[in-house]
Amino acid sequence: MMYAAIVFLPLLGALIAGFGRHALGDKGSQWVTCTGLGIAALLSWYGFFEVAVVGNPTTVTLFTWVASGDLQFDWALKIDTLTAVMLIVVTTISFMVHIYSVGYMHHDPSVPRFMAYLSLFTFTMLMLVTADNLVQMFFGWEGVGLASYLLIGFWHEKPSANAAAIKAFVVNRVGDFGFSLGIFGVFVVFGTVGLDTIFAAAPQYADYMVTFFGVEWHAMTILCVLLFIGAMGKSAQLGLHTWLPDAMEGPTPVSALIHAATMVTAGVFMVARLSPLFVLSDTAMAIVTIVGASTAFFAATIGCVQNDIKRVIAYSTCSQLGYMFFALGVGAFGTGVFHLMTHAFFKALLFLGAGSVIHAMSDEQDMRRMGGIWKMVPWTYGFMWIGSWALMGLPPFSGYFSKDMILEVAFAADTGVGHYAFWLGIAAAAMTAFYSTRLILMTFHGKPRANEHVMGHVHESPWIMLAPLVVLALGAMIAGGVGAELFIGEGREHFWGEAVKDMAVTEHAHHVPGWVKLLPLVVTAAGIFLGWVFYSAKPKWPVRLAEAQPGIYTFLLNKWYFDELYDRIFIKPAFALGRAFWRGGDGALIDGIGPDGVASLTRSIAARFGRMQSGFLYHYAFAMIIGVAGIVTWFMVTSAGH
Amino acid sequence: MMSQSLVMGPALPEILLAVLALAMLMLGVFRKGDTTALVGWIAVAGFAVAGVMTLMGSGHDTELAFGGQFINDGFARFTKVLVLLGTIMTTIMALSWMKREGEGRFEFPVLIILATVGMMMMISANSLMSLYMGLELQSLALYVIAAFQRDNLRSTEAGLKYFVLGSLASGLLLYGMSLVYGFAGTVSFDGLAEIANAGEVSTGVLVGIIFMVAGMAFKVSAVPFHMWTPDVYEGAPTPVTAFFATAPKIAALALFCRVMMGPFEAYAPQWQQVIVLISILSMVLGAFAAINQTNIKRMMAYSSIGHVGYALIGIAVGTTAGIQGVLIYLAIYLFMNVGAFTIILAMRQKGRAVENINDLAGLSKTNPLMAAAMTIFMFSMAGVPPLAGFYGKFFIFMSAMDAGLITLGVIGVLSSVVSAFYYIRLIKVMYFDDVVEPLDRLSGATQKAMLAISFVVILLFFLVPAPVVDGALAAAESLTGGTSALASSH
Repeated sequence: MMYAAIVFLPLLGALIAGFGRHALGDKGSQWVTCTGLGIAALLSWYGFFEVAVVGNPTTVTLFTWVASGDLQFDWALKIDTLTAVMLIVVTTISFMVHIYSVGYMHHDPSVPRFMAYLSLFTFTMLMLVTADNLVQMFFGWEGVGLASYLLIGFWHEKPSANAAAIKAFVVNRVGDFGFSLGIFGVFVVFGTVGLDTIFAAAPQYADYMVTFFGVEWHAMTILCVLLFIGAMGKSAQLGLHTWLPDAMEGPTPVSALIHAATMVTAGVFMVARLSPLFVLSDTAMAIVTIVGASTAFFAATIGCVQNDIKRVIAYSTCSQLGYMFFALGVGAFGTGVFHLMTHAFFKALLFLGAGSVIHAMSDEQDMRRMGGIWKMVPWTYGFMWIGSWALMGLPPFSGYFSKDMILEVAFAADTGVGHYAFWLGIAAAAMTAFYSTRLILMTFHGKPRANEHVMGHVHESPWIMLAPLVVLALGAMIAGGVGAELFIGEGREHFWGEAVKDMAVTEHAHHVPGWVKLLPLVVTAAGIFLGWVFYSAKPKWPVRLAEAQPGIYTFLLNKWYFDELYDRIFIKPAFALGRAFWRGGDGALIDGIGPDGVASLTRSIAARFGRMQSGFLYHYAFAMIIGVAGIVTWFMVTSAGH
Repeated sequence: MMSQSLVMGPALPEILLAVLALAMLMLGVFRKGDTTALVGWIAVAGFAVAGVMTLMGSGHDTELAFGGQFINDGFARFTKVLVLLGTIMTTIMALSWMKREGEGRFEFPVLIILATVGMMMMISANSLMSLYMGLELQSLALYVIAAFQRDNLRSTEAGLKYFVLGSLASGLLLYGMSLVYGFAGTVSFDGLAEIANAGEVSTGVLVGIIFMVAGMAFKVSAVPFHMWTPDVYEGAPTPVTAFFATAPKIAALALFCRVMMGPFEAYAPQWQQVIVLISILSMVLGAFAAINQTNIKRMMAYSSIGHVGYALIGIAVGTTAGIQGVLIYLAIYLFMNVGAFTIILAMRQKGRAVENINDLAGLSKTNPLMAAAMTIFMFSMAGVPPLAGFYGKFFIFMSAMDAGLITLGVIGVLSSVVSAFYYIRLIKVMYFDDVVEPLDRLSGATQKAMLAISFVVILLFFLVPAPVVDGALAAAESLTGGTSALASSH
């Protein structure tokens, strides 16, 4: 009952605010949705202690969804530690974002719609994390995709926002296709889509082979790779990441909630949830590791040169998601989810802080036109520092505990891909420190680069926007320290229970050489120092560096040319193909022979029949006589055999 | 042969109407002033009484009269009730029309009564002689009614055309009958059936049957004997057109069923292909030729040609299910036509009757209820579920499929797709075109009642289809003896 309330209160809020938007008005819709989320968040925390700390996982079956032959599954809420962690992350951050939005969106003409979408998103995300079968998870998965589409395109009068919304949806479809194939495959192999049944049966299928296209394949590898393609789409991993930076077209609270803290981590959640399957395939795990590590490095390089404050944070999100994946890939599922949790707090804090800056700067997002405002927005400034420190992984902020642990497990895995991940992770850590410092310095320090009109309006955000930041900042500061013991420390086995397969690698990680533990701190310090030199002490250097290495600079600035590449390989040919089918196939062939052709044929037949009706009596009589003569003749000829 | 004494009991309704016709003629001639309304309403009452007598008649028995020339069975009772219903409704329509147009003549209801007697005789015919007598009595009355507006050029032209072509058709029919008699040696249906069942297939009889089919095809306006239909429908006064489209069609199709399934049932394998052919031609022509029409009465003429094509499928199938399909189709067809013609009669601009499709433009804005009713009728004619017209087509097509006449069924479905175009175009004109000149409001309680009845029947048929479906089944069984014509002959 309590768990059902957590999931359905946001839906209730969304429905009331959405359909009653004219009756409720702005204030009413804000109250309804915020109250719903507030209660859901409180219940989630209670549920977290009940399930994770006391150790009391449960499954709540609501009702049967589909019972068709062998395909049977329910609407059911599977509440174990993994779900409980996701519940507190999702509801808490969503609640904060709801409150923040009250202030941030106050001048927008469609507040109720915005609040309804936010609550709808929260509902679908909760549906995703509480799913006890793959189809229900897919329902939530598509639901968050829909909500993301609606919210990215919230300002639908902006063409760029519409384009970004469509892009996000389409790119996600690619991943979803993999996910759905994975679900089909699971059903083929296991004959069920219920998670508990699958996990119980999984070990028997460890060496199961399927024949496909005449080749024998390792079933678990195929399934896990397909499922991981779904995760890559939702979590913006290398190759399917292109939608995430564009998604920053949406309002900033949306970026904080969906594109930093919750939805994009759905892929991580899914892999962790399906860990009993993934551990059965070394190949799939290696692929997860390589993709994650590459993304962590690749996104960090781009983050170093972007000028839009939200895009920098977006690439940083992409990069951090890469960290989570390679933690999962080396088998440290608990660690990956731990980073998911800490990251949710500090990344939401950074985004909402950035939103506060944007709010203060009259909707300016380009850091080249900021600077010199730190005294005017002291609270925001402080929160941004806290968020950045947590992101860089400086002790004692929460990022330190989770991120360092990830690097340690990668090293401790002691495999080829593990070392690949470790070294790329170290490099990414250095760049993270660099771009975080760069962001702070460009945004708040130096000479003001905005015009006087904007500078005159710079103001600290109202308390309703700052209060959520306080909560998130607390999370960014202490979540890591408090959670470390539970998630990755001695208590982890009791904490996780049956929720995820944690392999021995976490234990090994506590016994890595001292330099491995120190190295991240060293490179982070170096990154901060370099950032300070470039953007405070010697501001001419980055310009000169960019001029000296124009190739690398433009390569990074253009995001490794992924968009251009996709445009050339997929979009242009798809458009050409579409046009060919439209003009040639549909227009000329199908319309020409089909509807248009039939229609004109019909018209000409009708006209001919019309001419037959001449009005002359002798024509009519002639027709009758010929008719009867014809029928008799035909009859004699055909029935001659009888 | 029956006993020598003259049995007339089963023909009481017909006798009543025949006497009534003569009495009304006297009343009209000798009473001063305009007696149209009086004669008309007495006629309507007479039809109602005849209907009740037919229904109450003799339960479920089959009775013969006039020395076996006249048969009264379940099939006859079912179709006679339909014919009388159609006659009642169209007579009421005509009465209010004549009152409005000032065209009242007491001969009109008298002629309708005579035509109805003829139709009932046709339905109950049990020999070639009584068949021809009923048919001619009906036809002669109809020729006169078509030319009823004798000062109107189009009306007289319609009457004349109908008369000349009708005579030709009668000639074909008579020639066929003489061939049949010549080769079989009897005019009695029972005798003909006996000979046919004996197994010998005489070419002379078969050719005779084809000539008879041609004559009857003219009466039901099936292609290629349909050419009179558009001209007569357009030229005749609208209430007359409404009458033509309902009662005589039903009577002629009932006669068609009786002749093909009665004396000539055993020849089904031979005549089936002919019926299939004229059925296909009618469906296709009805669907295509209506597309270009601008006059709504002409459009309805082609629509009725198409509907006859569908009904003929049931005869071509030649099973109990097929005949049941025909009867259901006719029952539904009756109400669709009454509804549609009520609206066509109500098409008036500033007191002047109009009959172009474009005159309906924007009807949904000026008279939404009328537009909604017409929409229901048109959708029903096009066969859109869950309206009654869909079930009519459904039973017919199902019987064709069950009997293995797949081609016929498929052509039927395809031509009903084509015909949907002109039905739906009417709806488009009413709902999406701009008003040029608004139509007058619906006036008269009888018109409204008629519209309401047909509207409810068409719209809600799917809720209580049992009376019609079961009644049609019982009637069809009484005609076919519950067996399949084709099955018994194979």
